[in-house]
Amino acid sequence: MQRIGVFVCWCGSNIAGTVDVQAVSDALKNEPGVVFSTNYQYMCSQAGQNMIKDAIKEYRLTGIVVCSCSPRMHEATFRKTAQAAGLNPYMVEIANIREQCSWVHKDIPTGTEKAIILGKAAVAKVNLNAPLTPGESPVTKRALVIGGGIAGIQTALDIADAGFPVDIVETKPTIGGKMAQLDKTFPTLDCAACILTPKMVDVAQNDKIRIFSYSEVQEVKGFVGNFDVKIKKKARYVNEDICTGCGACTEKCPQKNVPNEFNLGMDNRRAIYIPFAQAVPKVATIDPNACNMLKNGKCGVCAKVCAAGAIDYKQQDQIIEEKYGAIVVATGFNPISMEKFDEFAYSQSKDVITSLEFERLTNAAGPTAGKLLRPSDLEHPHTIVFVQCVGSRCAACAEKGKEYCSKICCMYTAKHAMLVRDKYPDTEVYVFYIDVRTPGKNFDEFYRRAVEEYGVHYIKGMVGKVTPEGKKLKVQGSDLIMDEQVHIDADLVVLAAAIEPDKSARPLATMLTASMDTNDFFTEAHPKLRPVESPTAGVFLSGACQGPKDIPETVSQAGAAASKVIGLLAKDKLTGNPCIASPNELMCNGCSSCERVCPYGAITYVDKEFRMPDRTTAIRRVAQVNPAVCQGCGACTVACPSGAMDLRGFASAQIIAEVDAICK
Amino acid sequence: MQKITREVLIEKAASLLNEGVVSGVLGWKQGEFAYDVTPALFTTVDELNEQFVWGDFCGANFSKYLVAHTRKTQSKVLVFLKPCDTYSFNQLLTEHRFDREKVYAVGIPCEGMADVSKVKAIAGEGITAIESTEEGLAVTTLYNDAPVVIAYEDALAERCINCKSKKHVAYDELIGEEGDVLESGRFDQVAALEAMTPDERFAFWQKELSKCIRCNACRDVCPACTCEKCVFNNPVSGAETKAPMGTFEEKMFHIIRAFHVAGRCTDCGECSRVCPQDIPLHLLNRKFIKDINTHYGEYQAGAEVGSRAPLVNYTTNDVEPGDVFERGEENA
Repeated sequence: MQRIGVFVCWCGSNIAGTVDVQAVSDALKNEPGVVFSTNYQYMCSQAGQNMIKDAIKEYRLTGIVVCSCSPRMHEATFRKTAQAAGLNPYMVEIANIREQCSWVHKDIPTGTEKAIILGKAAVAKVNLNAPLTPGESPVTKRALVIGGGIAGIQTALDIADAGFPVDIVETKPTIGGKMAQLDKTFPTLDCAACILTPKMVDVAQNDKIRIFSYSEVQEVKGFVGNFDVKIKKKARYVNEDICTGCGACTEKCPQKNVPNEFNLGMDNRRAIYIPFAQAVPKVATIDPNACNMLKNGKCGVCAKVCAAGAIDYKQQDQIIEEKYGAIVVATGFNPISMEKFDEFAYSQSKDVITSLEFERLTNAAGPTAGKLLRPSDLEHPHTIVFVQCVGSRCAACAEKGKEYCSKICCMYTAKHAMLVRDKYPDTEVYVFYIDVRTPGKNFDEFYRRAVEEYGVHYIKGMVGKVTPEGKKLKVQGSDLIMDEQVHIDADLVVLAAAIEPDKSARPLATMLTASMDTNDFFTEAHPKLRPVESPTAGVFLSGACQGPKDIPETVSQAGAAASKVIGLLAKDKLTGNPCIASPNELMCNGCSSCERVCPYGAITYVDKEFRMPDRTTAIRRVAQVNPAVCQGCGACTVACPSGAMDLRGFASAQIIAEVDAICK
Repeated sequence: MQKITREVLIEKAASLLNEGVVSGVLGWKQGEFAYDVTPALFTTVDELNEQFVWGDFCGANFSKYLVAHTRKTQSKVLVFLKPCDTYSFNQLLTEHRFDREKVYAVGIPCEGMADVSKVKAIAGEGITAIESTEEGLAVTTLYNDAPVVIAYEDALAERCINCKSKKHVAYDELIGEEGDVLESGRFDQVAALEAMTPDERFAFWQKELSKCIRCNACRDVCPACTCEKCVFNNPVSGAETKAPMGTFEEKMFHIIRAFHVAGRCTDCGECSRVCPQDIPLHLLNRKFIKDINTHYGEYQAGAEVGSRAPLVNYTTNDVEPGDVFERGEENA
């Protein structure tokens, strides 16, 4: 029989305001196994913890129940307290009477009743608790960063700086990501390439960092400290080690009409290409969908002009297997498709463009060599209309756009407007906005400059329709402050398209068993206190894959993620979770149901000899759980038809005892 | 009437025994009554000649017997499998429940089996002999002078009227011609139950399940129920004590059982065949199969070895629990 102590916390008035804590500790005194019950203002305080330690010694307690806040908050605290008093830490149960009780109830009678019930359930469970001892597992001292944008670059550099090897996996032929496509960066207007490309070079030259460009993560197995990852290095048909990046092939390739992704299709590249001048690695890649040699074997020009002999038409996809201790997701974002927003005539006129396309149009390395020319006739536009929140904050049109604020558009639109007015003072610039949101260091000052110094016309209201008419775009919008309809004959319309997580994020989340929100942004372990960790141990988040972010924020998050990774990799051993599955071999059928549902691949089978009930001996196939791999999710215990699989610390019998206590 | 004869099966079994390919034969032998055919293990040709039977009452599915039998012996056993039995055979292989190397499976064609209850309902009690004739089953009873002839279609078991497949999905050797997977109306009755109001449906199941005498025959015959230790025989499982709770204990037994075989049941229909109280137990399982088909795409347990059942598999296209819940709401 257990000797259980019950400790009811007031949490100041957080709990005591809606729960009669005295009544709870009195009621629980009479539960089976309870030998001591008390309540105190702050159980988590030093005095509260000492109260628990003293009670454990004085009443020779074998288990304790703390009725307090969520176990996510203080379970670890109270386990340590118990351990300090000589009790096994897994003999502690938390009844969450704050988040699940006092905070959601308004009156004391119902709050108290529920708190007592939750306490009874916890007591019922502790009665069946058994001491558990966690195992240990080693840490592979290498990190994987998925995504080679500014987030991934910064994370990798910071981890490498601490002395740990890092691999970057990037799907594109070069690292750099979205930032490489930008022209200037707010709020200081320094050029994106000038501050990004040195970092890219740092990555390339850092002997701790390996870049797997034009590659994808194909499979992730294992667990924190011990991930086994398969990386698919796609055939680029050019030997990376030999190619000097001279670019001769990209000049001679006869296939000239492949839309250039880097310039968002606004100009063309060849079938063999280097995305941009500062690409890292600076090696050519053959686009197998465009190359005549690969499609029908007729050409071979690039191989002839390549002085290094780097062209290899027979190159195959390569699978690289590597072990990692930590994984950082930095998959970034993309602007949403403008397909569903045809009121802005995006598909009807070349002169309706997205903001990212605008970046390329004003970029010196862009399709117009930095001259602002409209795409249709390459004439200089004299009236430009910027439309903000296209697809952002779209609560009423969730099927078209996104409900959230994309966060970066207000600032980059102010930047675009300012740049236009600075370079071309003869151009009138209008910005339609719902709100202008500028929380950030020097952000509002920046926006004020656009309005006050550069004379950008900000109009509060949305554009209803854009109609191409001759060489003009008729923009019809509303000015909510003047309460009137506005008609503008524009030469160029720029849409601040909402941003969304990269499409590769969801399958990756499945591989990593990392959770996502409804918008496919990765969920953090705690929105305030653990913002760069995924709830899956060993998986960290960097940049816009976790939510819309600008560059300063992305870089600080990237550094934060790196510091978490360094903290993990610096450890020699990780303490495991003892609450893992364990099969009762006498009942196991060997049917593989558990193996099939196990998301971690923790279950294997062995043939074992058993003495059967009829006194014969039989060799049976039975399940075995790898304690280092099992995460204690419990999926197997539910799938097991005979109930042979059980979870330590969360045994079916314990759960049923809790339910019985609640229903009594 | 079965197209294939007893002699053909005995000949096959005898030759395999004589050649030493197998050391035993799982087949049918005559039981207490004319309609009572029982599974048996034959180890000699003489036993086969004397006791082996084959006919319209040989419904028993031998797949489950292989679990215990293959553990006892190092040599092979011959098993005769009707098309529907082969699905259970595969499902048990998927679950690693017996050693395939110790089995010699002979697929045999089946024209559908007779339902004893239907025969009794027409011919009456006191059956002394049943003969399969061209016209139908000629049933002699204590109380009639001339045999009552029942047309085969009138005696056919429900599972055979709604036969899902004449195709053998597993065998080492096939006797007769291979058939096809059939379009059956096996979900019509489930649809009729779904169309009921919850009260009507509860009344239906209360009426049916109240007949249950907890003889456990359905569980004992079920090829999906091969657990080393059944939860209903295991005091620590909690299920044993849950089932007899309240005035309507049988429902918990059958509902727990239906959940345990969900996604693994091949719809062989053995549960309803052996039920001495004629409870249409297979309808519970078919409801699960129908729901799995609706929500996860067509899936036939046992159609192939090693197939991953939707309920123990995750794909990103899986139905969201909320959608299933909403559908449940609509039906309520």
